[in-house]
Amino acid sequence: MIHFVLLISRQGKVRLTKWYSPYSQKERNKVIRELSGVILTRGPKLCNFVEWRGYKVVYKRYASLYFCMCIDQDDNELEVLEIIHHYVEILDRYFGSVCELDLIFNFHKAYYILDELLIAGELQESSKKTVARLIAAQDSLVETAKEQASSISNIIAQATK
Amino acid sequence: MASPSLMDTLFQRTLDDIIKGLRHQQAGESAFISKVVEEIRREIKSTDLHTKSIALQKLTYLNSIYFIDMSWAAFHAIECISSPNFSHKKVGYLAISMSFNESTSVILLITNQLRKDLKSNNEFEVSLALDCLSRIGTADLCRDLTPEVFTLLSSSKVFVRKKAIGVVLRVFGKYPDAVRVCFKRLVECLDGTDPQIVSAVVGVFCELASKDPRSYLPLAPEFYRILVDSRNNWVLIKVLKIFAKLAPLEPRLAKRVVEPICEHMRRTGAKSLMFECIRTVVTSFTDYESAVKLSVAKIRDFLVDDDPNLKYLGLHALSIIAPNHLWAVLENKEVVIKSLSDDDPNVKLESLRLVVAMVSESNVVEICRVLVNYSLKSDPEFCNEILGSILSKCCQNVYEIIVDFDWYVSLLGEMSRIPHCQKGEEIENQLIDIGMRVKDVRPELVRVGRDLLIDPALLGNSFLHRILSAAAWVCGEYVEFSRKPVELVEALLQPRTSLLPPSIRTVYIQSAFKILIFCLHSYLLQRENIADDMASEMLGLKSQGECSGSSALVAGKAPARQEQDEGFNPRDSNKSYEDLSIINEGDVSALLEKGFTHESIVNLLNLIELALGPLSGSPDVEVQERSKNVLGFVDLIKQEISNGFVSERASKIIDMVHDAFTEELGPVSVNAQEKVPIPDGLMLKESLADLDAICGNVQLPSSISFSMGSPFGESVGASVSIPQSKEESEPSSESTSLLAEHRKRHGLYYLPSEKNETLANDYPPANDPKSSDNTNDDAQDLVKLADKSLLPKRRSNHAKPRPVVVKLDEGDVVPFIAKKSDTRDDLLSDAVRDILLGVEKPDLGNPSSRRSKHRSHGKEKSRKSPEKKNSDEIGDGEKEKQKSRHRHGRHKTKQRAEGPLNVAAQTPVIPDFLL
Repeated sequence: MIHFVLLISRQGKVRLTKWYSPYSQKERNKVIRELSGVILTRGPKLCNFVEWRGYKVVYKRYASLYFCMCIDQDDNELEVLEIIHHYVEILDRYFGSVCELDLIFNFHKAYYILDELLIAGELQESSKKTVARLIAAQDSLVETAKEQASSISNIIAQATK
Repeated sequence: MASPSLMDTLFQRTLDDIIKGLRHQQAGESAFISKVVEEIRREIKSTDLHTKSIALQKLTYLNSIYFIDMSWAAFHAIECISSPNFSHKKVGYLAISMSFNESTSVILLITNQLRKDLKSNNEFEVSLALDCLSRIGTADLCRDLTPEVFTLLSSSKVFVRKKAIGVVLRVFGKYPDAVRVCFKRLVECLDGTDPQIVSAVVGVFCELASKDPRSYLPLAPEFYRILVDSRNNWVLIKVLKIFAKLAPLEPRLAKRVVEPICEHMRRTGAKSLMFECIRTVVTSFTDYESAVKLSVAKIRDFLVDDDPNLKYLGLHALSIIAPNHLWAVLENKEVVIKSLSDDDPNVKLESLRLVVAMVSESNVVEICRVLVNYSLKSDPEFCNEILGSILSKCCQNVYEIIVDFDWYVSLLGEMSRIPHCQKGEEIENQLIDIGMRVKDVRPELVRVGRDLLIDPALLGNSFLHRILSAAAWVCGEYVEFSRKPVELVEALLQPRTSLLPPSIRTVYIQSAFKILIFCLHSYLLQRENIADDMASEMLGLKSQGECSGSSALVAGKAPARQEQDEGFNPRDSNKSYEDLSIINEGDVSALLEKGFTHESIVNLLNLIELALGPLSGSPDVEVQERSKNVLGFVDLIKQEISNGFVSERASKIIDMVHDAFTEELGPVSVNAQEKVPIPDGLMLKESLADLDAICGNVQLPSSISFSMGSPFGESVGASVSIPQSKEESEPSSESTSLLAEHRKRHGLYYLPSEKNETLANDYPPANDPKSSDNTNDDAQDLVKLADKSLLPKRRSNHAKPRPVVVKLDEGDVVPFIAKKSDTRDDLLSDAVRDILLGVEKPDLGNPSSRRSKHRSHGKEKSRKSPEKKNSDEIGDGEKEKQKSRHRHGRHKTKQRAEGPLNVAAQTPVIPDFLL
């Protein structure tokens, strides 16, 4: 299974972290520090796998972002590379040629998309279209909810309470 | 702080504002963050959920990127998810799944809200709750929500159903009893037509099977069907993983499955699936020649591919197959060796493993040469990686692959001098180990040790200190092989030894002491011989034809050696003579230096006194004590041997100390302790519970009287006389009888006892008193010693027979303690077995026999429907029963844990239609 997903920028800034196995905050910091040290220093033409503490970390660089997933020793590395690519493609489709800034300003959406893709560290949806449809549906739900909340009458109700 | 005003609400900063603000801060980022957190703390208390949710979202952002603590906001997150507004809910769930963990105190408060959302009509609310449960589910949550998850497993919406399947993994992991409720329905999902569902369910089974494959054997037919029918690579990869786990358990299954796997291998273009097929074959189907051949061919494609990923995976696959099919590695030797100089450290590491796997008795010299050369060129990390793997490979199975130990010892010496070497500990262990195990190599060992000791530059490198300590020990212990003992003493006492840590200095001092004793003893003998005419006759006899030119001084040495050897091994003395003769042929004068004049001895004593003098005030007690001992001894001897006369007393003392030092040390088996029979009257099994009572009243007298008590007194007496009392001591204690039983059962792993008896004289095990020459079963510590060849040692490689390596009976009685798997896993697999094998459940009220039920599951699908209904009923009835069951949950679990053997004994039977 996938133990965690990390998005790290080339400068070593964390853009997204999702933990499917229990890690305390201290451990999380340590993991991120260790892995960004290992991964960011690797040259461009090397393989995309790093053995790390008995696990394997599969990473791939897209523009200025490194997408990393930590898996068990006997998981399929190439499959995980495909999952990463899959995620990137969905993000790309959703944001329209995604860039790091999109993920910075819409960090929660990146999480929601990831949640549609993976559950409990397993791939749950391999169709890009389906994910896109689900995300769009939820977005519209959020929008209507927001509109309701920010309508004038609602604000007045708040103010006069 | 006052509750937030309307102004706060209206002019609340949004997430975007914060992100922009953070991006504009150059230096004062942390100040800005703490200001924002301050704001958030105020805003989050707002009664307006909108304000609250925005505050929470901001906090979540700060937590995920800047790791700001958000555990304090747990309750606010719960408030957000209870909002009817979907956007608030979403923010709340995100915050919860990011920040909650087992120790979050308010986690139980969300149970009801989760239940409500799981039952919601809005599928997206259900999905939020499922995502959350999959992330934070605790045992309590999973237990309480099992009925809802069970219902969702048959949801009409694929979107919900597949998430529910994913969540099951977490639920099973935390609350194994859920298996009894959900498992049937999960299995039914395997038959589903929707590829997403099948994919999700196979993923779950893949995870479950990786923990305990045996329980899932009955499901093999389902998996087989998917393997043959499915064209979805995601699913196939998972199914292959499952079969990789199942196949070793059931040979018939392997036979059946291997062909479809090969079929996939030939057909597929997807590298990921291809690799999975290869890995499955090389891990679990190594007996199937054609499959292995096919996958090795495919591995070759990977190896020559430009993609570094494929190259790495190819090497990785080779290293999996190497132990069983070394030919596959040898076939690709060139690629492997070339990869040693790859840019990628991963590839290098993998190819190093393969190169080491190729090492055998015949090529060890060449390959080690190549590797050592590589290590000289590579970076420190990889260099040590190489050295480490050479060391571990060579010492495998008690140096199985080493024939020429002289070569190996000098290689160790060479490795120590490699600048990046940090393998001090391993080299230290091996130097000492080889010294103890391999007699013939000792002269070379002393030479290597001397070279290391004498080089003052090495003392500055802290990584080498442990090697130096080994070298010092070896030189002290086997000083009789040294040509210039005095030189060794000088090396051991050189000024730069002050760089050594105290623990190693003590070894140096002790070794210097041993060498001093050796020198004194030789000097004494030499004097005796000069005085004694008999000695010259002996010289005539012994050194016939070997060193005609040797003087009385050499003879002085010879009896010394002989005498000491005779002490423990009469046969061996001949051998030492041979060694000596070789040295003599080469360099007679070298040996002459062993002769000691009175002057040289006095010089030696002075040297030691001078060097150790300052150490007698050392702050380290051990150093101080040892140097004081030596100094005391030197003092004494100095008085006694003044004027070239050695007093009777001095020679007696020297003889005694020398005798003590020539006592051979040997390797000690890890199990040596177990072999000592427990003497009569020693109650090891006796409960120490009484001790509490005794120690409870802390009165001193009572505890003393306890320790003086009869059991102790007896035991001491008995243990002292172990060697003698061995014969009569009966296997009274339980452990001895168990051991005897074990031996009877595994008799073939033990050496025949007669053989041991003859060998016992040959080479006494360590720590055995001399009297142990009698035939006791301590001799089992020795694996057969081949007859020593009396041929003189030669430098050439092939002509030399492998020297004797003393082995202990490793793997003989090594108590294998199976690692106890997680009890939770045990519970889980027990539950799964119960379900799959249809062990009757009391609440099920379905007393059908295990066998028939099992059949119905695999064979006749049509008959499944009533059962399905049945299980549906359980589902409904379960909800009500759930609560009452939980009350007994703990009790039940205990029962199951007590009887795991019963369950394990029921080996699942695979339906014959498959096999």
